[in-house]
Amino acid sequence: MNFWGFKISETRSINYDANERGMAERMEQEAPSSKLCIGCGGCTAGCTAGALTEFNIRRLQMLAKRGEEREARERLGRCMLCGKCLLVCPRGVETRKMILSMMNYIKNNPK
Amino acid sequence: MKLEGKEQIWKDYQKEIADDRYYYARSCIRQTFFPGSEWAYLDILRNRLGKDVMDDPRHTTCTGIGYHSDVVPAQTIMTVVARHFALMTEAGYENITPSCITSFGIYTEILETWAHHPEVEEQVREYLWKATGREFKKPRNLAHTSDIIYKFRGEIAARARHRLVDAHTGRPLRGVDHIGCHYAKMFPSKGIGGAEFPAVLSGMITAWGGEAVDYPERRHCCGFGFRQYLVMANRGYSVANSKKKFESMRPYEPDFIVANCPGCAMFLDKWQYTISEMEGTTYGANGYGIPVLTYEELAGLVLGYDPWELGLQMHQVAVEPLLDKMGVAYDPEAKYLTRDGKEMGRPKCPTYLKV
Repeated sequence: MNFWGFKISETRSINYDANERGMAERMEQEAPSSKLCIGCGGCTAGCTAGALTEFNIRRLQMLAKRGEEREARERLGRCMLCGKCLLVCPRGVETRKMILSMMNYIKNNPK
Repeated sequence: MKLEGKEQIWKDYQKEIADDRYYYARSCIRQTFFPGSEWAYLDILRNRLGKDVMDDPRHTTCTGIGYHSDVVPAQTIMTVVARHFALMTEAGYENITPSCITSFGIYTEILETWAHHPEVEEQVREYLWKATGREFKKPRNLAHTSDIIYKFRGEIAARARHRLVDAHTGRPLRGVDHIGCHYAKMFPSKGIGGAEFPAVLSGMITAWGGEAVDYPERRHCCGFGFRQYLVMANRGYSVANSKKKFESMRPYEPDFIVANCPGCAMFLDKWQYTISEMEGTTYGANGYGIPVLTYEELAGLVLGYDPWELGLQMHQVAVEPLLDKMGVAYDPEAKYLTRDGKEMGRPKCPTYLKV
């Protein structure tokens, strides 16, 4: 029982030195165009899964690049791989390949 | 001579500190949680360094805690501080030296306010006259008591009985410093080294033989912040700040922490217990915490004061590992004995933190 009346707040800072960048490295390797992303969010705006669930591909790929992969592990399965994001990306990022590379990483590196 | 670059910047961050004749302003928190600190400071200055220090029993709180918690209005705190200046003037002193970092910040803020708004100063003079019939002169020199110890660090080093060196191996002890936010973050030019290059405590550490560690979160707040702490529901935010600092300093395996703010020293000491109880984490070697000292206590140990006379038994984190490293002799049986040899009571043993 917590008799203190409070809990230690979780830090919201991102520790680049301590974070695991395996997922980002896999993504850069298999979908090099992912480095072209400018974070405009066009992919998310046109995403069917995103319209119906909390899935947000712009957010997940950005977090993965920072080494914050927890959310990607939880939510990536909601993507239906329909590829609409591919059509809207102004930078020509192979978004579906990017997502697949993240999915493969999760499959090979279960936690 | 033309000063350039870092030399010029460093010159900007030096401050004038009076040589003698200090009017002392005690801290609310320091004398509560570190009961030997202020006594040690006065003893060092008066009896070891031969300085004239006025410790005035009429002096009161500066009301800084209430001010920063939004319960004391600005005019009230200014009038209380004006009374302190009046007491100093009546006693014939011109140099005020507060023990508390918050008081130091309050005095600095008020003097700056008056410098920019003379009409506010006039109004406060009127309030003080109406309330107490007193008048005052503004202090000629304002320095925190850690500035004074910093100024005389060489003299203290010359009289040292113990150096900040491992007595068994000769290794300089690693000290991490924590400067109170109100020391130099509000008015960087009023603190030695400003907020960016804090030197007031690291200067003491190196002068007394230790090694000062510039750990990544060295300049981070301890989390006290008055409002953050006073509301119980917000204390998780408060302790998270100290935790961030402990995790940042832990890889450097510090032998001790030294702080110049009484609130910071209190929190860095007590939160180690709280974190250990909540999460089972301890930050020192072998289940101990990292000993936290005020700069007066550190100076006292260096000068050979008895650790129990300094009140180190009142700390949450055990200081014995540091005393053993420094080669300071102490009687473990006397830890919880009063001066006349009576048991003063013993604290309960924490679940994880070794004491």
